[in-house]
Amino acid sequence: MLKRGIIGAAVLFLVGAATYACFYIAPEERTMGPIQKIFYFHAASAWAGLTAFSVCFVANIVYVLRRSQASDWIGVSAAEVGLVFTTVVLITGPIWAHPVWGIWWTWDARLTSTFVLWLLYISYLLLRTMLEEPDRRALLSAIFGIFAFLDVPLVFGAIRWWRTQHPQPVIMGGPGSGLEPTMRKVFFFTVLAMHALMLLLLSERYRLEKMRGEFQELRREAEVQ
Amino acid sequence: MKNFDSIFAAYLLGWGVFFVFYLTVAKRGSELRGEIERLKETLNRGK
Repeated sequence: MLKRGIIGAAVLFLVGAATYACFYIAPEERTMGPIQKIFYFHAASAWAGLTAFSVCFVANIVYVLRRSQASDWIGVSAAEVGLVFTTVVLITGPIWAHPVWGIWWTWDARLTSTFVLWLLYISYLLLRTMLEEPDRRALLSAIFGIFAFLDVPLVFGAIRWWRTQHPQPVIMGGPGSGLEPTMRKVFFFTVLAMHALMLLLLSERYRLEKMRGEFQELRREAEVQ
Repeated sequence: MKNFDSIFAAYLLGWGVFFVFYLTVAKRGSELRGEIERLKETLNRGK
């Protein structure tokens, strides 16, 4: 309990420091002005969300191959956490877009593929609520999760392969792209903080799923009695 | 600060989502813990 508290406090400190760095250390962007500060929160949340979906994907593959309960628990936990981060991306994106583009939303490749990703993982979680039998639920959702992950490379590549309203990549974007050095440091620090937050939420959600497994085990025992 | 309301809204809503999620996980956990305790008691009484 104490260990969890210390880890939680450390993550909060990291996230607080990253927010401070976004506002007080990173220089103001010349064209957009202060509204560009949303970029650090928006893009770092997107990266952490995609990492969570990658964890879900690996756990789903492991479940299909080995049928281990822990990988099912990791899969559902990572899907839920990834969905939370993607929700933040879909909220902060339009708030940033409106003053800069003059519109809240457009159906370009990046925005659409991200919205589809969000819908796919909502479907993944809904599918799990519809299946009663634990092994069948775990297997079918793992197979669905593997297919849902196919959208992740599309989200990543959308701004690289097609012309979009969404800005072109500033990280791993090839020649001509990039961030001012201080902005870059602040961005990677924010990415680190958001990944720490993602791992914290993932471990909390995993504990809940493990408890649910224990509950189902006890309920089966009670039914036998 | 220009566009302060948009920046404030983005950070507030974003952190709000994380906070609400954390609260729901904690709430679901405490409810489940209660049910586990009740089931354990029922099982112990049955033995």
